[in-house]
Amino acid sequence: MVFEGLAARLQETFRRLKGKGKLTEEDVNEAMREVRLALLEADTNFKVVKDFISRVKERAVGQEVMNSLTPGQHVVKVVYEELTELMGGNQTKITLSSKPPTIIMVLGLQGSGKTTTCAKIAKYYVSQGRRPFLVAADVYRPAAIKQLQVLGEQIDVPVFTMGQENPVNIVRGAREFAQSNNRDIMIIDTAGRLHINQELMQELKAIRDAVNPHEMLLVVDAMTGQDAVNVAQAFHQEIGLTGVVLTKLDSDTRGGAALSVKAVTGCPIKFTGTGEKLDALEPFYPDRMASRILGMGDVLTLVEKAQASFNEQQARELERKIRQQEFTLSDFLEQLQQVKSMGPLDQLLGMIPGLNKQLKGMKPEFDEKEIAKVEAIIRSMTPQERNDPSILNGSRKKRIARGSGTRVQDVNRLLKQFEESRRMMKQITDLSAKKGTPGRFKLPF
Amino acid sequence: MTNGKGEIGIFNRIRQGFSRTRQSIVSKVESLIKSSRSLDEEFFEELEEILIGSDMGVMTTQELIRNLRQQVKENRMSKPDEVREVLKNHISSIMAQISEPLRFADKGTTVFLVVGVNGVGKTTTIAKLAHRFKSQGKEVLLAAADTFRAAAIEQLQIWADRVGVDLIKHHAGADPAAVVFDALKAAQARGIDVLIIDTAGRLHTKTNLMQEIAKVRRVIEREIADGPHEVLLVLDATTGQNAVSQARTFKDSTGVSGIVLTKLDGTAKGGIVVALARELKIPVKLLGVGESLQDLEDFNSEDFAAALFAD
Repeated sequence: MVFEGLAARLQETFRRLKGKGKLTEEDVNEAMREVRLALLEADTNFKVVKDFISRVKERAVGQEVMNSLTPGQHVVKVVYEELTELMGGNQTKITLSSKPPTIIMVLGLQGSGKTTTCAKIAKYYVSQGRRPFLVAADVYRPAAIKQLQVLGEQIDVPVFTMGQENPVNIVRGAREFAQSNNRDIMIIDTAGRLHINQELMQELKAIRDAVNPHEMLLVVDAMTGQDAVNVAQAFHQEIGLTGVVLTKLDSDTRGGAALSVKAVTGCPIKFTGTGEKLDALEPFYPDRMASRILGMGDVLTLVEKAQASFNEQQARELERKIRQQEFTLSDFLEQLQQVKSMGPLDQLLGMIPGLNKQLKGMKPEFDEKEIAKVEAIIRSMTPQERNDPSILNGSRKKRIARGSGTRVQDVNRLLKQFEESRRMMKQITDLSAKKGTPGRFKLPF
Repeated sequence: MTNGKGEIGIFNRIRQGFSRTRQSIVSKVESLIKSSRSLDEEFFEELEEILIGSDMGVMTTQELIRNLRQQVKENRMSKPDEVREVLKNHISSIMAQISEPLRFADKGTTVFLVVGVNGVGKTTTIAKLAHRFKSQGKEVLLAAADTFRAAAIEQLQIWADRVGVDLIKHHAGADPAAVVFDALKAAQARGIDVLIIDTAGRLHTKTNLMQEIAKVRRVIEREIADGPHEVLLVLDATTGQNAVSQARTFKDSTGVSGIVLTKLDGTAKGGIVVALARELKIPVKLLGVGESLQDLEDFNSEDFAAALFAD
């Protein structure tokens, strides 16, 4: 994306704006211009953006600015909170009916990911000890029934089919099947359809009226653009939705559709699809979505958390250690734990003023598992080893690998990585120092 | 659509496909023009919203607006009415730079590789393409290289049967490159005119899957001297700004040569085409405008711009 990220742009905008105290209207207006662009670039519907901005503006003007933040950052903090609030308001889970079967109807446009979502929901309930089953009511798309059958087999859940029969008859039959086979959750896969196709929308209503589903879930592709509101609104008005499933969140979309859909329907996002595997179904996290839409990582929560968990003195001590190459594995471990509590490392690096661009090319790829492994390895070392890894010989490494449940290769890899990151940190500190950044290099905390 | 006269017929169908884009943009621009008496800030702001609302994206919109402001200044325009022509010309020029027809082999088998993220309509597009070429009297062969998604092979088989063309397939989970290899051999042996390869939908963020499809391309390059003749990226018109990211990544790994924009029969406004033209210069070659086999149109930039702004 050409878009540089809200955090970076705000830094530009607010470089000259200093001063603390209350947020003036001017502060807010300047910040809002950037926020507006960020939301639009994230595909949030422009009408939704307009409403949202004007509401936040009202709230933000006159607020006390936190000591640690610039006025601009503070506005974004307000935006972030509002956004989270808006998407998380009355978060509800699927409530299972006391009189089974609980009927869940899944609908949406073509290609939004309905069939896969149905299978994922079924799997989710299987893991909860329920007895779900799938209903193949997409009688139009070639091989849609077969697809559901294959998925059903994979997760060991029965699939009720009646071939290309009228969907209304299918769901009626399915309900009987549920009762006679003691199945407590019935998940209906409907055919993809355009929200402007009257005939097919009528069909949905007929299906709905035949079995009165407890849940009407609209599946929305997270990559959807401005049209998301039209689609969601049409389905909601015609059929009446109870919730939304946001799919394909494993792409790099910013996912403004989430906000748009929530804003026009008021329906909570109940699940998100985060991969092609059938267990890639997650609850919706409004705070993560908010920072994703704003494209700024968890900038502000990071700032706050970092401030709380890492005081100035510690930061200075760490900086000194890095400079003098005294940075040890114990420090590394300590840092890892802080990082873990704050979010992805690349975002963390991204918020270091002035560092963003230098680091663009070298985003460390850390996942949670990797970090857990690293922790285990370091914890299996003696304090002496942590402070001076050079004493690690073959037998020590073997012991560490055994103790941490890893392999010697993993230990070696960690040591290499540690050396590299030590070098990198040294370079960065030197670089910033040379640049003559006032106040020298400061870690983000 | 009863208008049988070639050019006008096509024009109308494209217009129809884009009628929603047109209606929404045009009616908004029109109503804006009518309601605005002068070119004030509010006017530009609202214009910006209209363009963004069509998924053109912030960058493209800002460029259009910047250009517009400049023209307004240079030509001392004061009436909102004049604005429409300027906008139309600019959008048309962006699109014109990239207009290009489908490429076929000079002799021997033409190979089309069809790629895209999940759920954009690859398989349906392939069926439509097969139908088109077959009705032109060409020998068409399909290859089921989507060996991943459940029942994808069956889905393509059903389409192949409907259209009346052969399909080369392996079993589910087979190596896509192997399927493609077999299909290329079969196509050459049988003297096939057009081979169309269906691939599994994959998110452009999955590096391993992108490598897999890069390999498929290499297999084609190795077996067919100047192939693949087209690598068509299928894009859902409802997609927002992420389409740019998709197109860029697929271009990097498969050398996308053209875009097929699908699902224009919804209310999606398709403005992303303009953003794609501007940022990546990949030509849009085909439009999917409905669910039946005939609902595939050639893309033409002038028609597109005209349809977008026609009264």
